[in-house]
Amino acid sequence: MAPQRSAAAAMTPDQNYLLEARQMQALSFSVHIPLVCFGIAFPTLLLFVEWLYLRSGDPLYRTLARRWTNVMVALFAAGVVTGTILSFEMGLLWPAFTATFGSVFGLGFAVEGFSFFLEAIFIGIYVYGWNRLSPRLHFATGIPIALAGFTGSLMVISVNGWMNHPSGFRLSHGKVVDVHPFKALFENAYFWHELIHMYVAGYIVTGFLLAGAYAVLRLRGRWGRYEQTALAIPLTIAALAAPVQVLVGDWNGREVARYQPTKLAALEGLPRTTTGAPIHVLGWYSDGRVEYGIGVPKLLSVLAYHRVNAKVQGLDAVPARDRPPVNVVRFAFQTMVGIGTLLALLALVYLAVRIRKRRLPRSTWFYRALALAGPLSVVALISGWVTTEVGRQPWVVYRVMRTSQAVTGARGIPVGYGTLVLVYVLLIAAVAWILWRLARKPLELEPSLSAAEVD
Amino acid sequence: MLHLYLIPLIFALIGLAFYTVLGGADFGAGFWELTAGKGPQAQAVREHAHAAMAPVWEANHVWLIFVLTVVWTAYPTVFGSIASTLSIPLFIAAVGIIFRGVAYALRAGAAGPRELSAIDTVFSISSVLTPFALGTAVGGIASGRVPVGNAAGSQFSSWLNPTSLLVGVLAVTTAAYLAAVFLCADATKLGDQGLEEQFRRRALGAGIVAGVIAVAGLGVIAGDADRIFHRLTSGAGLAGLVISLVAGVATLALVWRRQYELSRYGAAVAVAAIIAGWALAQSPLFLPGLTIEAAAAPRPTLIAVTVAVLGGAVILFPSLALLFRLVLSGRLAEGGESVDLRPTPRLVRVSRQGFLARAALACLIAGIGLLTAAEAAWAHALGVVSLFGFVAFGFPAALPPHIVPQANDAKRH
Repeated sequence: MAPQRSAAAAMTPDQNYLLEARQMQALSFSVHIPLVCFGIAFPTLLLFVEWLYLRSGDPLYRTLARRWTNVMVALFAAGVVTGTILSFEMGLLWPAFTATFGSVFGLGFAVEGFSFFLEAIFIGIYVYGWNRLSPRLHFATGIPIALAGFTGSLMVISVNGWMNHPSGFRLSHGKVVDVHPFKALFENAYFWHELIHMYVAGYIVTGFLLAGAYAVLRLRGRWGRYEQTALAIPLTIAALAAPVQVLVGDWNGREVARYQPTKLAALEGLPRTTTGAPIHVLGWYSDGRVEYGIGVPKLLSVLAYHRVNAKVQGLDAVPARDRPPVNVVRFAFQTMVGIGTLLALLALVYLAVRIRKRRLPRSTWFYRALALAGPLSVVALISGWVTTEVGRQPWVVYRVMRTSQAVTGARGIPVGYGTLVLVYVLLIAAVAWILWRLARKPLELEPSLSAAEVD
Repeated sequence: MLHLYLIPLIFALIGLAFYTVLGGADFGAGFWELTAGKGPQAQAVREHAHAAMAPVWEANHVWLIFVLTVVWTAYPTVFGSIASTLSIPLFIAAVGIIFRGVAYALRAGAAGPRELSAIDTVFSISSVLTPFALGTAVGGIASGRVPVGNAAGSQFSSWLNPTSLLVGVLAVTTAAYLAAVFLCADATKLGDQGLEEQFRRRALGAGIVAGVIAVAGLGVIAGDADRIFHRLTSGAGLAGLVISLVAGVATLALVWRRQYELSRYGAAVAVAAIIAGWALAQSPLFLPGLTIEAAAAPRPTLIAVTVAVLGGAVILFPSLALLFRLVLSGRLAEGGESVDLRPTPRLVRVSRQGFLARAALACLIAGIGLLTAAEAAWAHALGVVSLFGFVAFGFPAALPPHIVPQANDAKRH
């Protein structure tokens, strides 16, 4: 691919608000993406609990599933509207991007629309169908929600994969020709690892956040069979997903090394193309070197190419104007990897106790760590997206269109930005309030159950 | 002659008609909540409006996303031009959509009338604001105020002009009318005569107001937007206009005669006819100086969109039909709890956690080998499947024993 091709010069405005637009996009995305995790993983966990109820007839599972349903409704509503904002922003902030390449990537969103339809339709039936549909039919109406959680992410991430590794078209005089949308989106070597990484992240974030909420209850002394069940189910799935994510993340790194060497160089802060390249933990990139970092010789070569003396491309391979902001990418990457490692360790503690003692951990420190793990997993999630999205800069379509060429020429973006910040603060406060309210609703358990102490 | 480049546009217009009818009823419900006033009767109106829409609002909302995605895929330049020039009304609509969604979420946790009324106020105001803003955007497009290019048109007069304001007001009143008719039918199903009568009066009132605005609005358009006026009052555009008017009057008569079910379809015809009339009046132009043919994406994209939409429709329409059948029959409503809810418990098989744990471990080892050590793409794919296998087998194996129901648990209940 020729690196300097430029598209849509005709639509590039004289003046614009590139930074504000990027921040608005990042803000909208950061609010939406944790909700996506719940869209991916929550229906599956909920269906598992409902299945336990169907198998056992134990009303405890039913109570748990119904309470989780209420949480899902609130989070899904917030996810619907924040997702809508993102699709509006495709035009409101990046009209030149959509105008030039809509015919190449748009199909992914069009198909995603149907996935969204199924999710919305069956959530309506599932939520209001408790007690009104037969138990089996009700369970069945939950299955499309879980499937749509996967297909929806598949479609959206296929577009992100295309932006990172564009193909399936040619540019001629700023217009796309030879367009093959299916090929561009789904025969793309770059998107599978992103999809799997995100899908697994969905289970980690949902699992640790849910388990963390019940860990807080444990710390406050509420620890009946209900709370133990509600904690163990999400914790177990997150504890299995967290180590898997370490492996998947490593695979992601190798794919980035292969397809986006400049992004890899920014992750490490590797100034020059190097054989046997090292990794620096922590530290700060400045004037072509990482200062105050803890260096591990040759590790980058080993991780990226499985060879001790493999050559790793440095930032100097591209002109300065084609490099991403190194410290932002590096810091985000290290945050993600650091938190991911801690979460995997916490998971191993849980699994070790489970295997050796056949019960849940008893240490108060474990539950304190678990309460913290949920918010931390969200930080890791957002850091991961910052890594890949800022790491792609200055391109919106990698090496084809610069983000500065994509941005809107509309005035008043700062006003919109300010309004959006305010709206999102209200939204987050509202969601926090509703979750708090739902958590405070008294449990409606049969007396024999609320008293049952197992551990 | 049906050209390929027209097909996605037809899909988008069908989507727009669905959004206007279904999403419109949803917005209109908010309008009636706003104007319900105070006291227990008003609260009953609000409760009814909310309960009727809660299971369907998300599905109704997706029609908007559908329209957006089809337009930006099949007519990308048009989308870029519209969204950048009309960024203000679209942003207002987006903010309204956020508040509406949040209000739906919040209502589930509200305790006490004060909280409820605060939430309902937010909901109602945004329910009026959103269709109004979207209507002004449509008015800007129809009156030819969106030129091709990145924010090439005026940021203000593109949507603050007579045609835009007319369409905005019309969108709000139509929504109110559609909602009232829908809620009449719903109240009849629940056997609540008082509510039915309330919404019948509202439907008749709103219907008459919408009709008057629509007819008087022709005068506004005549003074403001030459091209669209001439083409709406002649040929195919006129046919659409006339069908819409006739259907509108007929649907009012049906409400008068308490034939709500039929009147809903009449209202849908009126909406669909005016959207079709607008499209025909505006064609062959999409934006000033840009024909639909010139705006259309390359052929492979048009084919891909057509295939995707037709394929999606095969799944979508039966699902929608199921949802609406359940909603309209009242099976998802309060008080519809009639099913025998006890599942028939079966003895849970004696725990096989040991076997599952070994299977999980095998999957994990295979996953590491295939995903981490191996280089080939097929090996990576198998590696991912193995790791998913690790989680799938590991999950039941790793759950603490007292969390999973055991055979003796099942007997107890």
